[in-house]
Amino acid sequence: MIQFRNVTKRFGQFTAIDDLSIDIFEREFFALLGPSGCGKTTMMRMLAGFETPTEGVILLSGQDIDPIPPNKRAVNMMFQSYALFPHLSVWENIAFGLKRAKMPKQDLKERVEEMLRLTRLEQFAHRKPHQISGGQRQRVALARSLAKAPKLLLLDEPLGALDKKLRQDTQFELMDIQEKTGTTFVIVTHDQEEAMTVASRVAVMDHGRIVQADTPAKIYETPNSVYVADFIGDVNIIEGRATPNDGETYRIDWAEGQEPLTATSAHPFEKGQACHFAIRPEKVTISSERPADAANAVQGKVHDIAYLGNLSTYHVELANGTIMKAQSANTRRISRRSYTWEDPVWLSWTATAGVLLAD
Amino acid sequence: MRRFVLIAIPYLWLLALFLVPFFIVLKISLSDAAIARPPYIPQFDWAEGIWAFVRELDFENFIFLTEDALYWKAYLSSVKIALISTALTLLVGYPIAYGMARAPEEWRPTLMMLVILPFWTSFLIRVYAWMGILSNEGYLNQFLMWTGIISEPLIILNTPAAVYIGIVYTYLPFMILPIYAALDRLDGSLIEAAEDLGCSRAQAFWLVTIPLSRPGIIAGCFLVMIPVIGEFVIPSLLGGSGTLMIGKVLWEEFFSNRDWPVASAVAVVLLLILVIPIVLFQRNQQKQAEAEQ
Ligand SMILES: Nc1ncnc2c1ncn2[C@@H]1O[C@H](COP(=O)(O)OP(=O)(O)O)[C@@H](O)[C@H]1O
Ligand SMILES: [Mg+2]
Repeated sequence: MIQFRNVTKRFGQFTAIDDLSIDIFEREFFALLGPSGCGKTTMMRMLAGFETPTEGVILLSGQDIDPIPPNKRAVNMMFQSYALFPHLSVWENIAFGLKRAKMPKQDLKERVEEMLRLTRLEQFAHRKPHQISGGQRQRVALARSLAKAPKLLLLDEPLGALDKKLRQDTQFELMDIQEKTGTTFVIVTHDQEEAMTVASRVAVMDHGRIVQADTPAKIYETPNSVYVADFIGDVNIIEGRATPNDGETYRIDWAEGQEPLTATSAHPFEKGQACHFAIRPEKVTISSERPADAANAVQGKVHDIAYLGNLSTYHVELANGTIMKAQSANTRRISRRSYTWEDPVWLSWTATAGVLLAD
Repeated sequence: MRRFVLIAIPYLWLLALFLVPFFIVLKISLSDAAIARPPYIPQFDWAEGIWAFVRELDFENFIFLTEDALYWKAYLSSVKIALISTALTLLVGYPIAYGMARAPEEWRPTLMMLVILPFWTSFLIRVYAWMGILSNEGYLNQFLMWTGIISEPLIILNTPAAVYIGIVYTYLPFMILPIYAALDRLDGSLIEAAEDLGCSRAQAFWLVTIPLSRPGIIAGCFLVMIPVIGEFVIPSLLGGSGTLMIGKVLWEEFFSNRDWPVASAVAVVLLLILVIPIVLFQRNQQKQAEAEQ
């Protein structure tokens, strides 16, 4: 539905969006994920019509949207700051866009009430924005941007100001609303967990470029670069040199005097090519004896233990000083934990557990 | 104890500089004119006691104000001039404040400086300068005749137009500053949100910018209107004999007629008239302060 075609946006000398091309599909829940300042808001503002691309075009349903002013676009935005009108009540805020569209009075009333129900704000309809809580304000902003039933809804860090519990509830609410209304959602966030939870597709951005755009599972399991692997979740990165074995398996020489590792990769590597091996902590098994059948096993001693309640993360120092993280579920009480500080342990994983990434 | 002192200071200030003078003026307004020094009786005399003194006070001067049409016409004309010139000042001041609020950040202190700059010169000198500009042989007429737009000099000085020009010029900063303060606080994303929801630029201005700068507009209007009602210098220097304003009447009663009691009565009534807008102004400020919490 939306196509960015080689879009570049510069502010003076500074390039905020750098030759970016991406397609966003109908009824999709698309998340833009990236560190602060990478150009997420700028992308949204270009879609809403507040910025124009310096180069390239943005197509909405095949049509170049550049000449269409913001008030004529079938796009609504939920602002990072909510931007609720302080002089209007919750009801009037939600009705604001509908009134501009000259909706008949009766329909307008029904629509506003529907939105109030959807966001569970019925009791607050006649309050002013400064008389309600942060979470309620955020729902008013959502209701207001949904009221006109836009083809595309832009949400700029919508849950940034909420505490964790409310945030999770709202995430599910958002997904629910998206399913009910069938609107295409583009959500901006710098919280990877949030992006993974709500979105059907996630784009990871860095310095005005999209590094990878894929489903949350693919982004997590098969990141295409060290940047993405590192940005999403926790990861161990081991530098080394790859040597092709037979088929799709590679041998990785990573440290003097250490057994080489074995890993598979769909992406070909030449003999001796520098590579990064990335593996998630939860895919690394920790044991006191060397497991007999493991494709990869390294020895080290427990350096630190982070207790997270349901999980524990073990920081294991290898012989060459590298710290590797391994995560395991706390199925037993903490006092009966098998390993403790300074214990010698083995870390092991299968050949397909990690990904091999080029520089 | 310290708290008490802190609270007492402003009240003492008010008592010494407002209430005491006010009661003196009120007392004079209830006295009778006399050829004496000071030019009114009765004078308080310890020997005769307070009752003899009070018995001689009466409302004669206030009744006199209602009998002579000059006074109520002057009050009415003052209020009219104040209302019109407030509207004119708003019309001129709002766009200036708006422009300032939208100017690049680094220019704003300079623009603010330019608005305040006239205060560095004596008010009287600036009004005299306007006489030089507006008179028949003044700079304005010289310039307009030089460009050929007019062949006869425009008569502006000593007309109501000159009074309006003088008032708008003098009170413009009082209008600009509160409006600028309100517009400066206005979150730019609100305008974008309005446009996003289907407003044109003009609609967004009308539906969002104006309502949100209303406290500033109201404050500015009161700050201009309240002093203009009692304004004396501008109408007497620029308005000529044709402009009737209560400030001028007051001055004449006081200095030309040496009728202190009537002049005081005029002042007391003026104060009563001003109490209404002042109270409204206070209510506006209070409401705004509450809304910001
Ligand atoms: N109007 C602007 N003028 C100059 N630089 C801007 C402007 N808007 C954004 N930028 C710059 O563009 C970069 C990307 O900004 P933004 O899209 O807001 O990032 P984020 O991913 O945090 O939302 C930032 O470095 C910011 O400083
Ligand atoms: Mg942002």
